[in-house]
Parts: sequence; structure tokens; C-alpha cells
Amino acid sequence: MSEMSSSKLSRRKLITTGIAAAAGVAGLGVASRVAQKYGLVPPDHGGIYGIGETLTYASQRLLTRHSLAREFSRRQISKPPFPNEIPPLNDAYKRLQAEGFVDWRLSVNGMVARPASFSLAQLKSYPSQSQITMVQCEEGWSYIAEWIGVPLSQILQAVEVHPQARYVVYYSIDPDWWESIDMADALHPQTFLTYGMNGDELPVGNGGPLRLRVPRQLGYKSVKFITRLTITDSLKGFGKGLGSAAPEGGYAWYAGI
Amino acid sequence: MSNVRATCYHSRVSDSACVPSAAPAVPTTTVTSRHSALVRVTHWITALCFFALLVSGAEIVISHPRFYWGETGNDLTPVLFKLPIPASRNFVPTGYGYVLPDQNGWSRYLHFQAAWVVVFTGLLYVIFGLVSGHLRRNLLPTGDDLSWRSFSASIASRFRFKRPSAAEAWSYNVLQRLSYVFVIFVLFPLVIWTGLAMSPAFVSAFPATVNVLGGQQSARTLHFFVSLSLVVFLLVHVSMVWLAGFWSRVRAMITGRAATPMERI
Repeated sequence: MSEMSSSKLSRRKLITTGIAAAAGVAGLGVASRVAQKYGLVPPDHGGIYGIGETLTYASQRLLTRHSLAREFSRRQISKPPFPNEIPPLNDAYKRLQAEGFVDWRLSVNGMVARPASFSLAQLKSYPSQSQITMVQCEEGWSYIAEWIGVPLSQILQAVEVHPQARYVVYYSIDPDWWESIDMADALHPQTFLTYGMNGDELPVGNGGPLRLRVPRQLGYKSVKFITRLTITDSLKGFGKGLGSAAPEGGYAWYAGI
Repeated sequence: MSNVRATCYHSRVSDSACVPSAAPAVPTTTVTSRHSALVRVTHWITALCFFALLVSGAEIVISHPRFYWGETGNDLTPVLFKLPIPASRNFVPTGYGYVLPDQNGWSRYLHFQAAWVVVFTGLLYVIFGLVSGHLRRNLLPTGDDLSWRSFSASIASRFRFKRPSAAEAWSYNVLQRLSYVFVIFVLFPLVIWTGLAMSPAFVSAFPATVNVLGGQQSARTLHFFVSLSLVVFLLVHVSMVWLAGFWSRVRAMITGRAATPMERI
């Protein structure tokens, strides 16, 4: 009698467990499709840390799509501004620097109606905006500065980005240094192409003459010495397909944490 | 006999479970569980995550072993204090002539992955603890516990490094209860909060979470000290387990079984 009831119980348990497992797998499948559809899966979602990375990106994307990075008062600007170490500048950079960056160009291509190439003077002809925000390095240090430039969204508007575009890939003059952001960050009102800092030109040590500022992510997403933007709907064809140079070097693509 | 029953007062076991030797004919019904399966599973997942968070956290800290108070801090600003260790980045002024290997990439991936797992595990544990009564029955100090006499007796026996009584194998004493409650409801929430307060994206949505702490660098410094408090808890916790009989307590937390008071006598 007791044996029968226990075997019944274990069969019921087995069936329940089976249904729960099937529901779990199906649920994960649905969740993954929904997440893909709404752009909640980062390009470096593979590998053992992919789950944590996806949870961080998806949850922060849902919470912070329109939120603004904290802005500070003028007296909170770090004095002196902190120029962190930069890699050795290449010959192409030095040539342009010798001529006062008059020939510095920002080319914009990919999924746009009108590919273009902007000189610094052309970028400066757009109404300039400024923000006093923090640069926060993944190492732990930080500083606050006033950043002057043009919102990236204005440039993307000027070149008429295709509606199916999903990422902006951006390149430093050093070809090994490239990053990408999703359209939520690319169109965000505080994402600037910056050419000025603290009321002056942008110093070389801080990324001059042109740096992309992404103030809602850690410092390594704010790439220095920007020369090229490529707009795309997929990051698969870029480098190893992980989204940027950061994950290829072991760092997370999304750096909002 | 009544004494044995009394030791079961706080535990989840039924009265019959307190007298296993009295009912040898049906052994399976008298095998008692010191810790429920959910408590055991969440304990070990938390332990694993804590180890991962500690190692990866230490790796992250050595890339900049300097601490500040307020919003900002860097190599050019005065420190609140600095750790007397070399750094994994060559431009941090540490006073050492060498640089440790940079392990920040995987450390950060692992840190956040382990943080997600421990947060889900913690939520599961707290929900289970509330629904099952585990928190109220096993963790909240009882009225008796909080009397000065019982409290001081518990502290005194700790300082005499007295081996815990058999009864304490079945129920947490007042110091255990208070320290577990403090870790679960004060230190863990604080370490999560101060961690999130360092995230530029998170604080863009919830700026108050960092502003009330005094700034991003303050959050980082507090995160360090709360983590340090958790390490102190871990050391005391493991020492107490050692003092109480390491393998029997570890076995109880793995299999759920513990020697009953009767067996010990």
C-alpha cells in the first residue's frame, strides 16, 4: 500500500518535473526571441559570461533608455583635468597634429542615405552644446569635465540614417581602437562628438581633436581621436563579431555598469 | 526527555523527530533535516558566488588601489587612503617598481555574473524564508534570546571558546541569529546598493542612489568596506563552524542531516 502510493507520488513528481522543465526551456526560448526582437541581447552574449552580460544589458536598457547621465555644477569640474595615459600616437595622427588638425576628417558611412565626411570646422558649424559630466574608468578613477561638441544624433540626422539601423560603429585613428553603441545610446541627447573641454579646445590627452562621449557608459566607450562612423544593422561583420575591440581584449561590450 | 524536546523548540523538526532512537522500526520517518533543501542549496550557491565576487573584486581593486571620498578621484587628487599593494596598471603611483598582470576584463565579467546569481539566490531565499516561516522561526531572535542574561551568557561562552552545546546543533543561538539577520538584511542590501551606485547607467535612472551616499567615489569606498565586513563575517562564520565540529556542521549543510541531541548524548 505504502509502496504503491510512493510510486504514484514519484511518477507524479516525475511528470511535474518534466512539465516544469519543458515549460522552462520553452520559456527561455520565448524570452530569447523577445529579447532579440527588442534589442536586449548584447553582441558578446556568447561564452560563460554571456548570461550575466545579457541580464545587465537587457535590464539597463529597459531601465535607462531615456534617462540622463548626472550633470554637475561648474565648481565640481576636476582641477586639474585628468588626462589618463594614451597609447603612442601613430604617424597619421602626428601629421594631422602638425598642421593643427585642419585636415582632420570624420567620415560617416554604412546604412545612411548620404555618406559624408566632416571637417572639424563643419562639425563646429552646428550649434554647439555642452555638458558637465563624469568620466568614469573601469579601473576605478574618475573626473568631471565640461564637454563641448555636437550631439551625435544631429550628425546622424544630417546623413539620414536608415530606419533599420541598429548600431553605430566608431573608429579611432588608431585602427585597433574601435567601439560600437546601440541606437538608444547613439541617439541619446548626451552622446556628443566633442571637440572642446572646459571652455577650450579638447586637449590631446583627453582625446583631442575629436572624441565621442558616451556619458552613461564607462570611459573606454568614449573613444579618443575619432575619424570614422559606420552605421549598421548587425555587428557580425565587424572584427570578430563581438561588437567592438573591448570584448576581443576580454572586456564587456556594454559598459553601463 | 523534556530537555531534548526543549532543544527542538526552535527547529523545524516535529516532536517525533526529536526521539529517533525511540522509534527504530521505521528509520526513514525519523531521519530529520537540520537544514531544508532550499536553505542548503541557496547557502552553497551564495558561498560559491561570494568566492567569485571576492576574487574578482580583489582583481578589480588592484587596478587602482586608491580610495577617495566624494564624486571624483584619480591619480592627481588626494586619497582618503590607499592599499599598500602594487597595481595592475603602470601609471598608478603605488611606490612599487613593478606592475601586476591586468586581470580586469574577466574579473568584471565574473563579478557581475556572480552578482546576478547571488541576487536571484538571495531573493529566492528571502521569499522562501518568509513563506515557510524559516526566517521567523530560525533567524529572528526570540523574546527570551533578547534578555540581557541570555545575551551575555551567549557572548561569554563565545569568548571562552566553549564548544557549543548539543542543543546548538539544532538551533541557532542569539549571536548567530543576530549576525545572520545583519548579513542578510543589512550587509547584502548595502553591498548591492553601493555596487549599483557605481554604475553610470543605473544612476542615470536613479540618481538618488548615489547622491545620498555622497558621490560615486564614496559609493566605491563604501562598497569596499561593506565587502570587508562580509569577509570578516565569513572568517568568524568559518571559525565558529570549526569550533563546533567542522565536518558535522558542513555535512549538515550539505546533506541536511545532523546528529540528533540523543545521539550525541
